[in-house]
Amino acid sequence: MEQFLQQLINGLSLGSIYALIALGYTMVYGIIKLINFAHCDVYMIGAYVGYACMTYFHLGLLPSMLIAMAACTLLGMAIEKIAYKPLRNATRIAVLITALGVSMFLEYGTMFFVKAEVRAYPSMTGWMAQSFQVGGVNISMLQVIIMAVTVILMILLQFIVKRTRVGRAMRAVSLDKDAAELMGINVNSTISFTFALGSALAGAAGVLVGVYYNSINPLMGMLPGIKAFVAAVFGGIGLIPGAMVGGYAIGMIETMVDGYGNSLYKDAVVFAILILILIVKPAGLLGKNTREKV
Amino acid sequence: MKKFLGIALSALLIAGLMGGCGAKANENEIKIGINYELSGAVATYGQSSVDGILMAIDEINAAGGINGKTIVPVKSDNKSEPAEATTLANKLMTQDKVIAILGPATSGSFKAEIPVAEKNKVPVITGSATADDVTVDLVDGQVQYNDDGSVKGLKEYAFRICFSDSYQGSAMAAFAAENLSAKKAVIIKDTSSDYGKGLAANFLSTFMEKGGEVVAEEAYVSGNTDFNGILTKIKGMEFDVIYIPGYYQEAGLIIKQARAQGITDPILGADGFDSPTLVELAGADALNDVYYTNHYSSLDEDPMVVKFIADYTAKYGKEPDAFNALGYDLAKFVCDGLSRCETLDSESLKNALASTENFTGVTGSFSVDEKHNPVKSIVVIGLKNGEQDSSVKVSA
Repeated sequence: MEQFLQQLINGLSLGSIYALIALGYTMVYGIIKLINFAHCDVYMIGAYVGYACMTYFHLGLLPSMLIAMAACTLLGMAIEKIAYKPLRNATRIAVLITALGVSMFLEYGTMFFVKAEVRAYPSMTGWMAQSFQVGGVNISMLQVIIMAVTVILMILLQFIVKRTRVGRAMRAVSLDKDAAELMGINVNSTISFTFALGSALAGAAGVLVGVYYNSINPLMGMLPGIKAFVAAVFGGIGLIPGAMVGGYAIGMIETMVDGYGNSLYKDAVVFAILILILIVKPAGLLGKNTREKV
Repeated sequence: MKKFLGIALSALLIAGLMGGCGAKANENEIKIGINYELSGAVATYGQSSVDGILMAIDEINAAGGINGKTIVPVKSDNKSEPAEATTLANKLMTQDKVIAILGPATSGSFKAEIPVAEKNKVPVITGSATADDVTVDLVDGQVQYNDDGSVKGLKEYAFRICFSDSYQGSAMAAFAAENLSAKKAVIIKDTSSDYGKGLAANFLSTFMEKGGEVVAEEAYVSGNTDFNGILTKIKGMEFDVIYIPGYYQEAGLIIKQARAQGITDPILGADGFDSPTLVELAGADALNDVYYTNHYSSLDEDPMVVKFIADYTAKYGKEPDAFNALGYDLAKFVCDGLSRCETLDSESLKNALASTENFTGVTGSFSVDEKHNPVKSIVVIGLKNGEQDSSVKVSA
């Protein structure tokens, strides 16, 4: 039982990271039907910005995270403006390939500047380095921070999407872009805002991964990027609660396979479950089956 | 504008072609190719090896070169990709006309290079590719012999100056069973590399032979960062040591997460642990009771090693690690072969290398055996607070 609870905590902290990244995928998909492959590299850049803040300017976790989020916001908006906006009316495949290009550009461009080798985040000191026992379960402060930050950011995101004017605009654009434009919504700035929001979350995830795992490199986005994308599809792509559920589910499945199955087949099991879900519910766990309008 | 661009481009193209022709062989130079991982996943191995190689070449050239000829290294970066290593080997052999190639550092890339070497009949020599089947084809892990007693499937043009994984894995199993009196072990292996799988298999068989038991065998792939699931699972088991056959990138994180979960048992590894990044990733506090097999230890008091450490520190401003030492020995080994060549060509260099006897280097003295492997001893390094604290010479 203790071991199960411990694995639960492990799974939740891993799932939090996937959920934060998955939100960015799902929001962008929801609004312009684009799988933004560059998203996982925004996460990587976030980790590097946080690293720079902590190593060279000796800032604490919170200021570093806020700076990384701000930097990623700008980066996300820039990517949208430079790479995707000129292709707004192009075929979907053209935009998809552009997204792959942007992803490669960010990965190898970063590698040029920071070199390929792994860098270690400065280790946490004081209360953040502590861990405590609850009924035989070992929880580190960093795990608590990751889970708490994720929950806070999700509540904030829900508030923005459901309760603010710009959130209502986002929902309107994702429902029907042309109708939204006729209603006087500025579609371009709404899309730009969506990228900003998703990228800020990815930036936060980058810094959290940096402090938690202590290891960053220019290609660190690839694997979590794929997993987060799977999480978004798993929960129902385009749906914000779907990305949250999907992220936690994937993190939990991975940890449980490690813990009770065979660690060798971890990734195989994750993708097998994805395929099963998509066969049974093609629109994802929380998705509604909608008919394609012809 | 378009016309101008066209002219400029064709001018560039012609200049490029001319440049190709202009590279004429210089009579007073011996070109040696360097095909290493200068960027990419295992860049620190490549960079460290090349630092050692260049230092040795500088020393040899300063002492008059080989029969009055200067050694010229042709350095190239294979980005830690086997495919890139093959392409570079082809280029170095056919365009730069090198007499031999040093590197790559890892078994996968080195093995990819060997067919090119066999085709062009240019020897390739590595300092650190430790997989068992690097220099010879194996059948079920065993060397096969022809009727006349020669080794079957020998890669005629491939050599190495480091021990093999089976030797390394067995030596660590012997160390665990005898020096640490371990009875039960857990293996957490890197299944994405030949290196990790080879080490794990040999550790397992020797540890069982010595009366030990492997209670769990877990796996991960290169690039993983979260090992908490595996560690929580093994925490509930009874074991004396954890063996992690893998590279420093993941091993550092496994050690950190294991210590954070309160697992205090000794952690064992292989030469993949040998990188300053291991300390950065795991943190010095976590690196207690950590042992790994290695080619060389800076704690060695042999006068040759002491001089090497002093010279290296003076040149690069830091203490040499095993890859620096292997790179240094590698260049010295090849130059030793060159000095014994009858004619300066790849074929006679190959014969000279194959007949090397009692070569003395900083990683130990050795002769080259019929399988193109060196016969040498192994060192187990113990870490205390992230620093090398003990070194024991063992043999499997």
